[in-house]
Amino acid sequence: MTAPLTETGALGSVGELLVAPLIGFGFGWFLERGGLGHAPKLAGQFYLTDLTVFKVMFSALVTAMLGAFWLDQIGLLDLRLVYVPETFVVPQAIGGMVFGVGFLIGGLCPGTSCVAAATGRLDGLAVIGGMLTGIAVFNTMFDRIARFYESTALGAVTLTDLAGVSRGTGVACVTAMALTGFALAARMERLRR
Amino acid sequence: MTAYDDPYLAGVGLGAVLLGAYVVVGHGLGASGAFASVVAAGTAAAVGTARASALPAVAPYLPQGITSFLRDWFVLELVGVALGGFCSAWLAGRLRARVERGPRVNNAQRMYAALVGGVLMGVGAKFARGCTSGQALTGGALLSAGGWIFIATCFVSAYVVAPFARRLWQ
Repeated sequence: MTAPLTETGALGSVGELLVAPLIGFGFGWFLERGGLGHAPKLAGQFYLTDLTVFKVMFSALVTAMLGAFWLDQIGLLDLRLVYVPETFVVPQAIGGMVFGVGFLIGGLCPGTSCVAAATGRLDGLAVIGGMLTGIAVFNTMFDRIARFYESTALGAVTLTDLAGVSRGTGVACVTAMALTGFALAARMERLRR
Repeated sequence: MTAYDDPYLAGVGLGAVLLGAYVVVGHGLGASGAFASVVAAGTAAAVGTARASALPAVAPYLPQGITSFLRDWFVLELVGVALGGFCSAWLAGRLRARVERGPRVNNAQRMYAALVGGVLMGVGAKFARGCTSGQALTGGALLSAGGWIFIATCFVSAYVVAPFARRLWQ
């Protein structure tokens, strides 16, 4: 096992900070290459006139998922040492819903708003300003919402843990679902033409 | 202005970057956390570090006082995101100073909507403990339950509200 490099000691805390802008550079580069720095293009996803968001997001998700799974299988990466965000069922469901409405109205998400702003799009700057305001509002209200915020905690749990199936089964299901989605997207685009 | 790359090609590139993050630093990508870090620094500047550090929602972002955000991995990553986006757009001739909007709204309306959308995303990402980067992509690819809860609820609510927001985009 040779990775994650920060866990095996190959990369120290200074090194970890130094690679952050490099990893970010790649992230921003590919978001822009895919056209995700443009609000009307992203919003097209919600009216099914432009399926770029779905295509980019799920091909990225499947690539990283399959890569991590197979690197773990051949012993190069210990997936147990990769940080899995903790699950809080109800707050995350409510947060997801509020976020979804904001994404639709704002037309950009937090990462893509930075790409939009960096490429001159002033609406990207407005989204960033709104995000900062929203977080400040949340922080101000925190005393009153802390109990709800911490509720329904399940820890760092995966779908396959919950379903009681192997990780490989979960990876296969998500891959099949994504491929079905890609085929449906191609079909919808053919019908439109 | 050149055409965008094939979305699947861009997606595979993005996925490779995410995989690289798992391998090199042992965690994925993020965006909203960096904003929270900046808000914490702003709060410390406004009310003083001692008072800001006493706030439970702000304290985790101030482990080393007001300058913590300069050593926050996600802030440095997001600086890279802006640079990467800028370089890609520059090389492709896509840098433009303008407001991008739907055909039936003016610039002021679009800017207002972008601000409101941002506020909602800020609040939503706090409750969800991440956004499309930290929950949907990073958590989703690790099969995190919360990541998939976020993906499902985010898209369902956006599609449910979309018909009422048609004027903004179509």
